[in-house]
Amino acid sequence: MSVNTTNVNTAPAVLEEAPLVQGGMSFGGITAKISGIVETRTPGLWWLLFGVALFGAMILFGSIGWLIWEGTGIWGLNNPVGWGWAIVNFVFWVGIGHAGTLISAILFLLRQKWRTAINRFAEAMTIVAVICAGIFPGIHVGRIWIAYYMFPVPNQMEVWPNFRSPLLWDVFAVGTYFTVSFLFWYVGLIPDLATFRDRATTRIRKAIFGVLALGWRWANRQWKHYELAYLMLAGLATPLVLSVHSVVSTDFATSLIPGWHTTIFPPYFVAGAIFSGFGMVLTLAIIARRVFHLENLITIDHFEKMNKIILVTGSMVGYAYIMEFFIAWYSGNIYEVFTFVNRGFGNYAWAYWIMFLCNVITPQLFWFRKFRRSIPIMFTLSIFVNIGMWFERFVITVTSLSRDFLPSSWDYYAPTAWDVLTFVGSFGLFFTLFLLFLRFLPMIAISEVKGVMPEADPHHYEHGDAHDAVEGRRDVRHGGAA
Amino acid sequence: MKTHGMVAAFENPARLMEAARRTREAGYTRFDVYSPFPIHGMDAVMGEKRSPVGLIVGGMALVGAAVGFSLQTWVTTSAYPLVISGKPHFSWQAYIIITFALFVLFGAFSAVISMLRLNRLPRLHHPMFHSTLLERASDDGFLLAVEVDDARFDETATRDFFTSIGATDIELVRGE
Repeated sequence: MSVNTTNVNTAPAVLEEAPLVQGGMSFGGITAKISGIVETRTPGLWWLLFGVALFGAMILFGSIGWLIWEGTGIWGLNNPVGWGWAIVNFVFWVGIGHAGTLISAILFLLRQKWRTAINRFAEAMTIVAVICAGIFPGIHVGRIWIAYYMFPVPNQMEVWPNFRSPLLWDVFAVGTYFTVSFLFWYVGLIPDLATFRDRATTRIRKAIFGVLALGWRWANRQWKHYELAYLMLAGLATPLVLSVHSVVSTDFATSLIPGWHTTIFPPYFVAGAIFSGFGMVLTLAIIARRVFHLENLITIDHFEKMNKIILVTGSMVGYAYIMEFFIAWYSGNIYEVFTFVNRGFGNYAWAYWIMFLCNVITPQLFWFRKFRRSIPIMFTLSIFVNIGMWFERFVITVTSLSRDFLPSSWDYYAPTAWDVLTFVGSFGLFFTLFLLFLRFLPMIAISEVKGVMPEADPHHYEHGDAHDAVEGRRDVRHGGAA
Repeated sequence: MKTHGMVAAFENPARLMEAARRTREAGYTRFDVYSPFPIHGMDAVMGEKRSPVGLIVGGMALVGAAVGFSLQTWVTTSAYPLVISGKPHFSWQAYIIITFALFVLFGAFSAVISMLRLNRLPRLHHPMFHSTLLERASDDGFLLAVEVDDARFDETATRDFFTSIGATDIELVRGE
């Protein structure tokens, strides 16, 4: 114990942390700052970016149109590689979609208050990414006009989906994930939409936000139900986040292809999904913070925490890569051994080592505080994470299929221009929708940020500002904490 | 014009909490506080019971799981029985994921719907929106309102009461 007894009373029991909201912002300042982003004239930069993104989305829709007209033959698929970029892109986008709900649900249950600065746009990013993801398996079925066969819809042929197939589990897992993420995001938006409604200066704005805010009145008797509903959604979404990518991994793991048929896949995919999702959140957050001057709300401390998560999940992914090699050797199965030697040193070795470098080696820089707090370093690394995680899915999908059991059926897979255009186009759709969100909706959760400020806690007024202390305050205390 | 109630503004969350306690002690029952974020401990001060949302969500989530499991059982054993990879018709292990997905889906919908129904939302209008003070709650205002159908409501007495508990602004809300 401390020798200096005067220190004992003042020393906090937990590590002192920098305030989440910096620059001495008031409640009113936060409202004005975040609402101001969407209430000012649309900046030229936005139009420029939106134009580029929309062009990309047009490329996507054009490519899909040609695909529907001509068939999946326009892609580079062959025998034995029946799953090409479309599945790679699907897993890539679903993975990115994991950060939002992780931040909003799991960090909410763990009472990580720093989540409030980034949860709203991470959730929006999730929803948009899952939309992009959903397109790929949808168009991969070939005859997309009968895609509804994936759903248990009573039909004239009395045919039902195969509930034992992991591909059908995916339909339910991803569908539920999208729906729940959307509900969670919307419930979180209600108070902020009401703020926009109350600040609206034109009738049309007032009408639109009035309808969207559903008549929210800020009353405590409403907050009571609202908060519990939000907690319930967080509780339901938490196992969901962990299950969705586990289910995606069963698309691979329940098959018999060497390199796929392994029990490490669910946790390995979940770690990778969180890793890639945080990579994308970081990329977007760094840009948004700079463009909209949000330095007081999204601080370097927020970024440092995210970088720690990237380091942890990146190392977990690295562990899985190495463990796969070990198990392949330890199993004594020649097909497994061959598959992994082929991954590291075969036709697709270049893809494997890009993946390994971006996902395992470069994130190790985040062991150093200096790099965790450096914007240029973290921006570069976040891009590396995005690249590396795309290659991870490419390596898993393509290397195993192109070299399966029978050498006579081996083939090299290469994408066509249409594969590339569809993928590039999906980024266009992603940014189109994300930019629309940034322009029209509150990109930071106004109400939640206010709620985690020290001024939001009635006990805050007991110290320091003595004149604010109210008589009989002990009665209103709860929990008995001194 | 019909009077809906009287609303008072307070300086900060601590003052509002104190005001709510005093209002309750004074015997008012039809009152509510309005704040830009939920204030923790306010429910206890106002004597609010725990929200039933949790029970509803739990019940509906179980219904969802039951629907998911029985749908799959019915399809694979009766409506469209097929032998796939040599598995028995009733291969319950394979049903668990979709059962779980529907558990979550039903739970999430019931959380949102029950929250809205208990709050009597969505609605396009409410008499409280006639208050000009209410807009402050969307920014940095901490308000308390007593409704006209409270037995103790009286224009002058309530106004004096609000002044005595430290209100910074007071407004009579009129309109329907």
